[in-house]
Amino acid sequence: MSRRHRHPLPDSGGDAQRRFTRRAWASLALIALAVAGLGVRFFWLQVVRHAEFVTRANDNSIHVRFLAPPRGMIFDRNGTVLAENVPAYRLEVIPDQVHDMHAMLQRLARVVPLSADDLRRFHELLKQSHRFQPVPLRNRLGENEIARFAVERWRFPGVEVAPYLRREYPFGMLTAAVVGYVGSVDAREAEKLQGTPWADISQIGKTGIERQYERLLRGTPGYELVEVNADQRPVRVLERVPPRPGENLYLTLDMHIQKAAYAGLRGRAGAAVAVDPRNGQVLALASSPSYDPNLFVGGISESNYRMLLDDPHHPLLNRVTDGTYLPGSTVKPFLALAGLELGLRTPQYTVDSVGEWHIPGVAGRGYRDDVRGGVGVVDLARAIEMSVNTYFYKLAYDMGIQRLSAFMARFGFGRPTGIDLPHEAAGVLPSVAWKRKVLKRPWYLGDTVISGIGQGYWQVTPLQLANALSTLADFGRPQRLHLLLATQAGAGAPIVPASPPPPGAPVIAHRADWQAVMRGMVRVVEGTRGTARGLDVGFPYPIAGKTGTAEIYSRTSKQWDNGLPTQELALRHRALFIGFTPASDPRIAGVAVLERAAWGGRDAAPIVRDMFDAWARQRRLPDVPLPGDVLPAYAPLSLPPGQALPPVPAASSLAPAGSVLAPSPAAGGRR
Amino acid sequence: MNRLALRAEMVLRRLLRRPRLDLPLLAALLLLAAMGLFFLASAADLSWRTIGAQAARFLLGFAMLYLVSRLPPAQLKRWTPALYAASVLLVALVLVLGEGRGADRWLDLGVLRFQPSELLKLTMPMMVAWYLAQRPLPPSWRDTGVVLLLIAVPAALIAKQPDLGTALLVMMAGGFALFLSGLSLRRIGLMLAVMLALLPVAWHHLHDYQRERVLTLLNPESDPLGTGWHIIQSEIAVGSGGVLGKGFMQGTQAQLQFLPEHTTDFIFAVVGEEFGLLGVLVLLALYLYIIGRSMWIAVNARDTYGRLLGGALALSFFLYVMVNGGMITGLLPVVGVPLPLVSYGGTSAVSLLTGFGVLMSIHAHRKLMK
Repeated sequence: MSRRHRHPLPDSGGDAQRRFTRRAWASLALIALAVAGLGVRFFWLQVVRHAEFVTRANDNSIHVRFLAPPRGMIFDRNGTVLAENVPAYRLEVIPDQVHDMHAMLQRLARVVPLSADDLRRFHELLKQSHRFQPVPLRNRLGENEIARFAVERWRFPGVEVAPYLRREYPFGMLTAAVVGYVGSVDAREAEKLQGTPWADISQIGKTGIERQYERLLRGTPGYELVEVNADQRPVRVLERVPPRPGENLYLTLDMHIQKAAYAGLRGRAGAAVAVDPRNGQVLALASSPSYDPNLFVGGISESNYRMLLDDPHHPLLNRVTDGTYLPGSTVKPFLALAGLELGLRTPQYTVDSVGEWHIPGVAGRGYRDDVRGGVGVVDLARAIEMSVNTYFYKLAYDMGIQRLSAFMARFGFGRPTGIDLPHEAAGVLPSVAWKRKVLKRPWYLGDTVISGIGQGYWQVTPLQLANALSTLADFGRPQRLHLLLATQAGAGAPIVPASPPPPGAPVIAHRADWQAVMRGMVRVVEGTRGTARGLDVGFPYPIAGKTGTAEIYSRTSKQWDNGLPTQELALRHRALFIGFTPASDPRIAGVAVLERAAWGGRDAAPIVRDMFDAWARQRRLPDVPLPGDVLPAYAPLSLPPGQALPPVPAASSLAPAGSVLAPSPAAGGRR
Repeated sequence: MNRLALRAEMVLRRLLRRPRLDLPLLAALLLLAAMGLFFLASAADLSWRTIGAQAARFLLGFAMLYLVSRLPPAQLKRWTPALYAASVLLVALVLVLGEGRGADRWLDLGVLRFQPSELLKLTMPMMVAWYLAQRPLPPSWRDTGVVLLLIAVPAALIAKQPDLGTALLVMMAGGFALFLSGLSLRRIGLMLAVMLALLPVAWHHLHDYQRERVLTLLNPESDPLGTGWHIIQSEIAVGSGGVLGKGFMQGTQAQLQFLPEHTTDFIFAVVGEEFGLLGVLVLLALYLYIIGRSMWIAVNARDTYGRLLGGALALSFFLYVMVNGGMITGLLPVVGVPLPLVSYGGTSAVSLLTGFGVLMSIHAHRKLMK
């Protein structure tokens, strides 16, 4: 290459260009040579050695067979099985070996019953799969059916009885909202899996934990090199790389509490959640009405699916994470806390409730109390105890919407909680920006006032409510709610605790403010005029709570609700209750929401009490999960669910419950 | 505001103007895509879902080709450093986010998943051409050093993923531009010698599975059931095809599942088995034509940037064909390089056609006739 002179400017002359052209044609010549070389290699293989390879192709009798990995099991914190794999048998068809599919299926149906759903599913799978790969036709063969087919097998070339592992959820409906279910891989999922080692798996997590932790649960497939005879039937196994089972998961759930939550809902449309506020562990998460996840395993029948979809109570909706509701009066403790923290209120500050409240300087329709004529002069604790609207109208008005929504945002309202489940609604935290963006309308003062009692634009999921309550109960420390407690690489392997995200920065500055609010919440239960009075009867620890009764429809009449028959009220009320216990050292926080019920205190609160009872009946919850393959430390849950729990004396290692209204200093020194 | 509207209008006009594509190249690409779909239909056992998905990718790819061809090379040149920086950043991002489970090279954008390393196959030669186009040529030692650095950083990131195959391809794409800039053969020889000397060091850093692949190549029969499986089955498929092949969907190797990945990396073997030496030679001739035509466009480019970029893209395309062909005939180790515009899936079809869009743009702005 000439280096006599360099061009000061790029591309100024023909020299560089000529050099390029020379190189370009030279490389093209080399390319032609290389491609010719490749052609020669093909010639060598396809012409010179052709006969040899034809023989080898004809003798080729080694198949690679995919071995599905056993899916990881799912346990609760006590080692109770929530999802397991049960050996079962199914009929499989290799399409290439069947000459007349239609006739074969007709003959086969006389030996082994085939439902319309089986056939529909089979034909669907048939379209997706290879001619030489077995396609499942009938799952869950009975012993009789296997025996009958064995006798007639010679008549059905290409049809085999094959063992497989069937996913089962022993608690069915009880845990559907948490555990979810697996189903057949659909076209979109297949597309995503193509080219990965999981391309041949047949089931995949669709909802709940099964979907969230699919990657942990599914394991790694293995394969088998099998020698086959001329009919493609396996003769012997040459090499086997066994599949690696998926990881076992331990959930934070406690089945005793979960059972109490689900049973407490009694099939009514609603949701119940219990969490441990000290660490964000979800102890119970129940949505009602529920569905049997076992129906989905291996493909749900069309009639069953129709039934679930058409059910007016929407059993497939996970009300805990995706149901959004007006929070009603359950926001009042948070609002009271905001008043104290922002310096707008002291616990001694009083408001006179006269039955109706007006925005200063604005005449016209007022904002109403629950009780005609009001309840008189109330301070903060009394306002919480009796759920006095006037107190909170005025507080919200004094606070203004900006500060109100900013403070509430600290408790996670208006955004997903980040729990380890695949889907979650964000709800609505009323704010000027939200209204302008979504409704494209300006904010009115009246919007602020009703936001103070959890009406108006508010929308919260029961989980968000539990999240906010948990933060409140843990003295303002936000813990990310989560369900995964630990993982285990296989039966007998060490149980590895999962590492939950660290708590966020505390959102309550003064412990005294917290205590003032907590005292009000205790009076909801203990006070003579508490909206949930009597809820703690026979319970060993003080309970702090708050009722909520939200109106589904806006009120059109001037009627007062008190005294109306509860059946009628139930049609237009949602009942809510939030509570935690022990009040000064909270270890469990519970939320219950009923979509159609008269009053929060009367209808929702007992569900929370049921969960607290289930919690108190145990000596303590295991911090490290009990291995699933040994006997649980206490009596295993009876199956099928529905029976009462074995009574366990309420003995406890917890400190004796002191008077909550004068909390002991020990509460502050926790941790 | 007004100026913005005016500019938008200008861009729109430019896009709508009569296309000035190189028709012979376009015809060859369309023919190749059609043949690709035909081969895929056979290899995928007439699965319409697979064929449809591939056809959709081709549509997207040709749309990209058209759009990119409307941009003048000067514009591409101006964007080059930003595009290069963005793709290196994305590769680094994947490395950081890479969920730590095996080889996770995908970036999930919700609607579409793609491998950012794929971008570098295009942006790497663009960057090298951009840099060299404003330096005196042939490049000095200093400029050569800068270019090597531009190549080495993203290549190292990709190799770390770990995706040695793509790292090598990206390195080669940049190296081609450097070669075409007229770097003296003596220097090239010197650099190759240094690299050869460093080979044992590189071997030390390879993953076990990567070493295994190289070793298997040297003696496939030593491990007939392990990694040698791919090569043996592929050779049997090709060899048993003979001169005329076994016919559409008649290849026993492919259809009886002896041949692994027969719709993706090993589809060339299916072509060999079902359409014989004849099919293979037709396909190779078409590839050769496309490469030659691309090189011709590069030679007639108006400036250094267009020349170097066009030439590097033509050589890269050749490299993919050669590596894949070498792999399925047992001449090269098993690296995951798809056969251009024939193998199913991946971002490869779209990114390749985008690259041809760049070539079309260079062609549209070629120098005036001599």
